[in-house]
Amino acid sequence: MTVGLFIPCYVNQFYPQAAIATLQLLQKFDVDVVYPPKQTCCGQPMANSGFEHLAEACDNLFIENFSAFDYVVAPSASCALHIKSHLHSKKNHEQALLLRSKVYELVEFMTDILKVKKLDARFPYKVGIHHSCHGLRGLHLSQMSELVDRPFSKPQYLLNMVQGLEIITLDREDECCGFGGTFCIAEEAVSVKMGRDRVNDHAKNGAEYITSADLSCLMHLEGILHRNKSAVKIIHIAEILNSTL
Amino acid sequence: MSTATKEHATLAEDFNKDEERVNWHDGALWWIRQKRDISAKQTPQWEELREAASAIKSNVLSNLHDYLLQFESNLQKNGIKVHWAADAVEHNEIVYSILKARNIDQMVKSKSMLTEECHLNEYLEERGIDVINSDLGEYIQQLDKEPPSHIVLPCIHKRKEEIGELFHEHLGTEKGLSDPTLLTRAARKHLRNIFLNRRAALTGVNFAVAETGEYIVCTNEGNADMGAHLSDVQIASMGIEKLIPQKKHLGVFLRLLARSATGQPITIYSSHFRKPRQGQEMHLILVDSGRSRQLGRIDFRDSLKCIKCGGCMNTCPVYRKGGGLSYHNTITGPIGAILAPNLDMKKHADLPFASTLCGSCSNVCPVKINIHDQLYKWRQVIVKEGYATNKKIAGMKAVAWTLSSPLIYKMAGKTVRFFLNHLPFVLQNRFNPWYKQRDMPKAPKESFGQWYIKNKGKKKKP
Repeated sequence: MTVGLFIPCYVNQFYPQAAIATLQLLQKFDVDVVYPPKQTCCGQPMANSGFEHLAEACDNLFIENFSAFDYVVAPSASCALHIKSHLHSKKNHEQALLLRSKVYELVEFMTDILKVKKLDARFPYKVGIHHSCHGLRGLHLSQMSELVDRPFSKPQYLLNMVQGLEIITLDREDECCGFGGTFCIAEEAVSVKMGRDRVNDHAKNGAEYITSADLSCLMHLEGILHRNKSAVKIIHIAEILNSTL
Repeated sequence: MSTATKEHATLAEDFNKDEERVNWHDGALWWIRQKRDISAKQTPQWEELREAASAIKSNVLSNLHDYLLQFESNLQKNGIKVHWAADAVEHNEIVYSILKARNIDQMVKSKSMLTEECHLNEYLEERGIDVINSDLGEYIQQLDKEPPSHIVLPCIHKRKEEIGELFHEHLGTEKGLSDPTLLTRAARKHLRNIFLNRRAALTGVNFAVAETGEYIVCTNEGNADMGAHLSDVQIASMGIEKLIPQKKHLGVFLRLLARSATGQPITIYSSHFRKPRQGQEMHLILVDSGRSRQLGRIDFRDSLKCIKCGGCMNTCPVYRKGGGLSYHNTITGPIGAILAPNLDMKKHADLPFASTLCGSCSNVCPVKINIHDQLYKWRQVIVKEGYATNKKIAGMKAVAWTLSSPLIYKMAGKTVRFFLNHLPFVLQNRFNPWYKQRDMPKAPKESFGQWYIKNKGKKKKP
């Protein structure tokens, strides 16, 4: 099995440690991972702003970079969801549709494809899980609080395998953090208020770390935590799952 | 962005100047969302009910023409006079002509978002007709000359002290009175006189049954009934999408409506109106006002399934933290943001962007409208129709250009990281909205791409 590693643009630039953890974690499960060097972005910044039509070149580049792999794995639920729902190409229509079905977010790849049952990881901290909306309601990584249905959580399933880790309970288990792509700039006031409320929920309930399958949410929350000199830290789930004993 | 696109953001920013109010508004609506969750979980086959309601409404939308004619014919058999209004102006003219023919210059109104949408009160007031909204929340908003901020909880953004102040000014209650029970009693006393003196009453319509020619009005206060039963002339205004085919379908919707709205099992009153009393006349106005245009928009037609429960507002974090009035539209919140661009795309070009696309709205919707998908699709339409500003277009083109080329992207990434490390003031200043209340992420020396080139092949030992 050869996996193409898709590292979203902002993760590549600002959070290389999460990308390294993703690579190493996959390698621990004997996955043959390749990082195509000419990759850039999933195209979501344009599409979510109403400029889907400007994402064509980005989409074609994605197809060029990733068509050859059995699977494409990304440490970002939002970017994975965008590719799965919107990858589009006028010149390679069939290829785009096929590639959509091969894209996985890291957590779901570990639970659904690798079927991970055991992890040799240790992270002796109190951790709050931030369910990113795209991971939750888009990729169904966990059950959604609005629905009347059986509860489950793929991130929690993996985190429960980590030694020493304690998952805290939140007052609002799956409320949006207010990042929302360009929303965080265009609607700055509401975005920050939403983020502040999420951060307070984690802090109030004793989190030392906030983790998520999405760094975009975490980047927003980190900005607020830093500004307010909070002791609470953010960490991508791959870094916890890859942490050594 | 255009000034229109800035509007929601600016109004929401104003609302956020009083953080304590935001916390309380957010908390009150979240409490209702939780009541909804408990209620939904106690209802057998909740998700199947949603599915059934959605399917019934799909049938209605696909056969609207036939159901409307069936409904009209049954209304007429029941002795109700039927009127058709293409738009808000026609609707208002019809109401006025009915009142004028009977020399009526005072009317009591119970909850109708449609008449708010048509600005009926203002229209009638200009023509010397006095209209009183008889729902408590609507009445308070009318006293304050402010539109409702929520379709079910019109004055949810107001504190009880502010309502006390309004009542002191308009109803002469004691200054400083803020006890909700006493305030409600004061309002009831004033409204009781109005009910007894008005000869005409107008209500909205929650559901209209094509098969029987009756309509159902759901309220908690009983004001619709009191208005209707005491009136000589009873008028109902409804959007053409409010139909359901048969009476047996009503049970599906009544089980969903109040639970989704407030967590109640059912509204206190579900009143069926079918024919006039002896000596009374009844009119029903069927209003299009953009609905048939929306029906023709394949991506957006399902928005017409809405039963106006307000559930999407209660769950929406942007609504809870930005306030209903920031939507500057009669129907606020997520559902308002997908209905409004159909009415006036330029004026409401900002609303589909007033969302993080978190998707919670679609999950609580009792008729399963894919609200967040429609928000995404409206964004595409609004940009294509030319309602994005040149600044935004230029910005997006630059981003697309950068991300389309691996080389330019790498250079841009390096540049940003360089500035953050060496000249942070270039990005960390008051012109960067990110930086206003958030720090920038720390910039690492190298990107993952650079690390990978140096380290590839070096497998970490398990």
